[in-house]
Amino acid sequence: MNDIISPENIVYKKPTLMNDTPMHYCAGCSHGVVHKLVAEVIEEMGMTDKTVGISPVGCAVFAYRYIDIDWQEAAHGRAPALATAVKRLWPDRLVFTYQGDGDMACIGTAESIHALNRGENITIIFINNAIYGMTGGQMAPTTLLGQKTSTCPYGRVPELHGYPLNITELAAQLRGTCYVTRQSVETVGAIRSAKKAIRKAFEASMAQKGSSLIEIVATCNSGWKLSPAQANKWMEENMFKQYPKGDLKDTTGL
Amino acid sequence: MGKFKGAIVVNTDRCKGCALCVEACPKGVIALAQKNVNIHGYPYVVAVNPDECIGCASCGIVCPDGCITVYKKRIED
Amino acid sequence: MAEKEIMLMKGNEAIAHAAIRCGADGYFGYPITPQSEVLETLAKLKPWETTGMVVLQAESEVASINMIYGGAGAGKRVFTSSSSPGIALMQEGIAYMAGAELPGVFVNVQRGGPGLGTIQPSQSDYFQSTRGGGNGDYNVIVLAPNSVQEMADFMDLAFTLAFRYRNPAMILSDGVIGQMMEKVVLPPQKPRRTEEEIRRECPWASIGRTADRKPNVITSLELKPEAMELRNLHLQEKYRAIKENEVRYEAQQLDDAEVLIVAFGSAARIAEKAIEIAREKGIKAGLFRPITLWPFPEKQLREAAHGKRGVLVVEINAGQMIEDVRLSVNGEEPVEHFGRLGGIVPEPDEIVKAIKEKLL
Repeated sequence: MNDIISPENIVYKKPTLMNDTPMHYCAGCSHGVVHKLVAEVIEEMGMTDKTVGISPVGCAVFAYRYIDIDWQEAAHGRAPALATAVKRLWPDRLVFTYQGDGDMACIGTAESIHALNRGENITIIFINNAIYGMTGGQMAPTTLLGQKTSTCPYGRVPELHGYPLNITELAAQLRGTCYVTRQSVETVGAIRSAKKAIRKAFEASMAQKGSSLIEIVATCNSGWKLSPAQANKWMEENMFKQYPKGDLKDTTGL
Repeated sequence: MGKFKGAIVVNTDRCKGCALCVEACPKGVIALAQKNVNIHGYPYVVAVNPDECIGCASCGIVCPDGCITVYKKRIED
Repeated sequence: MAEKEIMLMKGNEAIAHAAIRCGADGYFGYPITPQSEVLETLAKLKPWETTGMVVLQAESEVASINMIYGGAGAGKRVFTSSSSPGIALMQEGIAYMAGAELPGVFVNVQRGGPGLGTIQPSQSDYFQSTRGGGNGDYNVIVLAPNSVQEMADFMDLAFTLAFRYRNPAMILSDGVIGQMMEKVVLPPQKPRRTEEEIRRECPWASIGRTADRKPNVITSLELKPEAMELRNLHLQEKYRAIKENEVRYEAQQLDDAEVLIVAFGSAARIAEKAIEIAREKGIKAGLFRPITLWPFPEKQLREAAHGKRGVLVVEINAGQMIEDVRLSVNGEEPVEHFGRLGGIVPEPDEIVKAIKEKLL
């Protein structure tokens, strides 16, 4: 056994850009997987010293504790506005936002749509788990019909709560966007595809192709009150119907 | 032909016992340790069938906390 | 464009010209009367072709102030402008910048309120500016120009103070000064800072972590109460230093004055004329004009008011700065208020009448 466990035999380890600070996310939360991918892509692109991340309000508010790049903490929903300014003022930097569904698709809808529509050379990473995790499991604009949350305890119904919002489909209509895609991170294959998407979006932003939106359909096992494995299953059976995966737009040529 | 043998090292202090690696492993290598918790109070995973490991790294890839380092070596037999 | 120039223009236009000349890196703003000329002038001057300054019309005031946050967090000299209801929208961003210690600059060209109000001038945002409409214990440096020249001069001053203390700074103007035309001396072009200069001046800025340092994180969040208390004590220490070092005011004809008028901004210009008329009628009036509304010139005002028969605070609102005047004077002399509301700008004769009725 000992001769297998040796530095030259490593085929996978936590990316160096992700530090050793224990992460506050719940056991099994999708955030951790996406954080790893973001760290890996920045490292592989050699952009560690030229990247600025904009973190949200939501479970990922402390994203800046875990990936060793420069960060700015934005007010709820405002990250695309910060990113707009940073990228225009420092055009050679890699600038991305990392936001949840409340941040990107509720309070921040205007900032999201307009930054994407202006074609700012940024990437919005949008983690959609159809619930407000950090504040205790309330309904999100992306909560599914029939899904129960603390503010729709009998299940979401259109008469009271309206319909789930497919903001990514809206974004794909915007001329300023060059890459709009929906991914997930619950299987090895999905994770590999999500990483490729992040890499493509980051490269497109550096090549000044316009704005990119990567929606990661994700789980919130705490909010959904399921185990991590059960949450993955529930997501596969229910979320992908409302939020189908794949590229909605790709004019990057990359 | 060369076969691969793998091995994993789990950072048990960082592990939160979410067991997604247990789900992902194609060879049944990993399981939650029984009656053990780490310093944070989380149950953690261990390689209970280390000889079965082929070093595919599925466990490492799906782990949300980056707890698992995966090794793989070609065995000339 | 590069040389010192003397021109005739509106206050709003002077803001734009002066910003370019003092090496501003970016403007992000939204149209609103009576200040849209700031963005319009910048758009016409096209500084992105000359100095490389970024000019962007944002989708709202909410977006604008957050663009300022982002730009300031990246060590850049960025500013926005708006008018009263738009500044109300910006309160979140302003408080966040105070909490994150960011040197953002913003201009309020006041109009009548409350709410949508009127497009006519007022000074009714004194409370909003000095007491802060955002959350928490914070202060914003507030400069109150009373001329087109001061609109121009205060752009560089606002940036200088903002960066010196890592604190938001505002220029509190109003529709009179924004729209009136006066002669203004514009300074020669100062070059925009290089990346090295920015890294030196702002080692805290979030612009890409070079290998020689730890990551920089711009944030106003701190969940541990003990740590948050320390953060707040640090802010309070900073505010004490600003109060100690940055008070600015102007005094006119105080030596033989028997009554004192306290006014800022356009009200101070009208008060100057009122004092002229009063003196012709044998009333010896003097003017104390705070230039920094925060930090307020408490000590200096108390001295100026000492021994006077009375103090008349002239402000185009229902009585806001008068509270700070009363605190400064501390009961030693009577303090009265004169103001007009609803966007009406008072005439000098009304002020003279008020002096007679309220102080004498």
